Amino acid sequence: MATTEEIRSDLADIVNEVAGVDTDEVQLDKAFVDDLDVDSLSMVEVVVACEEKFGVSIPDDQVKNLRTVGDAVAFIERAAA
Amino acid sequence: MSPTRVVVTGLGATSPLGGDVPSTWQAMLAGQSGVRLLTEDWAAEMPVRIAARVAVEPSEVLDRVKARRMDRSTQFAMVAAQEAWADAGLTDTDVDPERLAVAVASGIGGVTTLLSNYDALKEKGPRRVSPLAVPMLMPNAPAANISLAFGARAAVHAPTSACASSNEAIAMALDLIRLGRADVVIAGGAEAAIHPLPMSAFAQMMALSKNDGDPTTVSRPWDTGRDGFVLGEGGATLILESEEHARARGARVYATLLGAGITNDAHDIAQPDPEGRGGTRAIRMALREGDVDPTTVVHVNAHATSTPQGDVAEGLMLHNVLGSQASEAVVTSTKSMTGHLLGGAGALEAVATVLALHHRVSPPTINLDDKDPAVDLDIPTSARDLPAGDVVGLNNSFGFGGANVAVAFGSV
Repeated sequence: MATTEEIRSDLADIVNEVAGVDTDEVQLDKAFVDDLDVDSLSMVEVVVACEEKFGVSIPDDQVKNLRTVGDAVAFIERAAA
Repeated sequence: MSPTRVVVTGLGATSPLGGDVPSTWQAMLAGQSGVRLLTEDWAAEMPVRIAARVAVEPSEVLDRVKARRMDRSTQFAMVAAQEAWADAGLTDTDVDPERLAVAVASGIGGVTTLLSNYDALKEKGPRRVSPLAVPMLMPNAPAANISLAFGARAAVHAPTSACASSNEAIAMALDLIRLGRADVVIAGGAEAAIHPLPMSAFAQMMALSKNDGDPTTVSRPWDTGRDGFVLGEGGATLILESEEHARARGARVYATLLGAGITNDAHDIAQPDPEGRGGTRAIRMALREGDVDPTTVVHVNAHATSTPQGDVAEGLMLHNVLGSQASEAVVTSTKSMTGHLLGGAGALEAVATVLALHHRVSPPTINLDDKDPAVDLDIPTSARDLPAGDVVGLNNSFGFGGANVAVAFGSV
């Protein structure tokens, strides 16, 4: 089982690839839209990349609840458990 | 009231001959070919294995994150627009955004984006289709991305008429300025269709050359050995501006855009009218609109794609309109070097026409070893000087669907 930091780090790589955000910026307290400037289409790309990377399913109706990086990491931890 | 004069103040291109206008122009004057053997795995099984790829990959020029949200055709258009904008000396404060328009075309649109997403759908399912697929593949994506990059808030158009598309975009830009709908227009086009599906489709139409000799010799407009075009890729844009606006900001002027003519053959979906009647009317219309004396037309950048029928028909059109001047004008087909950029061709050739007038020299036509006796035109095989004085250059483009677009530029 990956640690919270390992998931955050992998997620940071994804956000960097998709939206060009520096990986150090992708911290648990940061909001995707307001802090990291990830737009709605890029967020879909992040979600799908997370599904592939972490082997989880993130239903469309859950995406709106993933406001911060911490929300996404917590969702992935629960879904993979 | 005389119509608003429209001038060319900036040029941009990324082509098989170079990643910008200066390198493209130098290679053109030197008669270099951008056609190469394709080295991709898929090419091995293709009936045609040559094409003219861009000389500089757009990934070397564009921001990575922005580029990944663009189809390759949009990437080409963006590279060309950035160069043209800088070349025109434009800054954000020089143009009122609501007076800045875009007319940037593509013949096919984001075909590689469409097909790669279909591959993802088949192999991995609908969840792997990119959420960016639609805004990347739509035919107005190049124009829309340019409007975003430069804040153009007047009309943003993407006219489409196959291989005449970007010449039509230039004609549309002329209208936008003359109708008072814009002061400045970023006009041009791009195409990125070097992919097994469009190449197979063009090959099945018998449109592409199947010559398997030295790739650099296959595009041979007007030569008796021509047997079809060579697919190219790239993009080009021009900054077109009302003369008043250009003067007010002290812009350098390359040429004037005198007039344009657009007609249709209504003859066949793919074949040109063998007598060139629609093209004749388009050229005549462009000259009439620009009040051009045919004896001043000293240069023609022909559509001539290296197909048996089209190249001959274009010679007939020029004789129909120019009369004896058709034998005097210096005619070139730069497609002999760049291949055929489809929806990007008209714009790249407009850039070449403008530079020919500006520098008073016509690029050559290469591979013209044995000129078709049915063609009575002066087609130099090395760069040829053009005369001084007030002269006119003509740029022709014809497209599937019967489209004929001619644009006339004047020297300054």
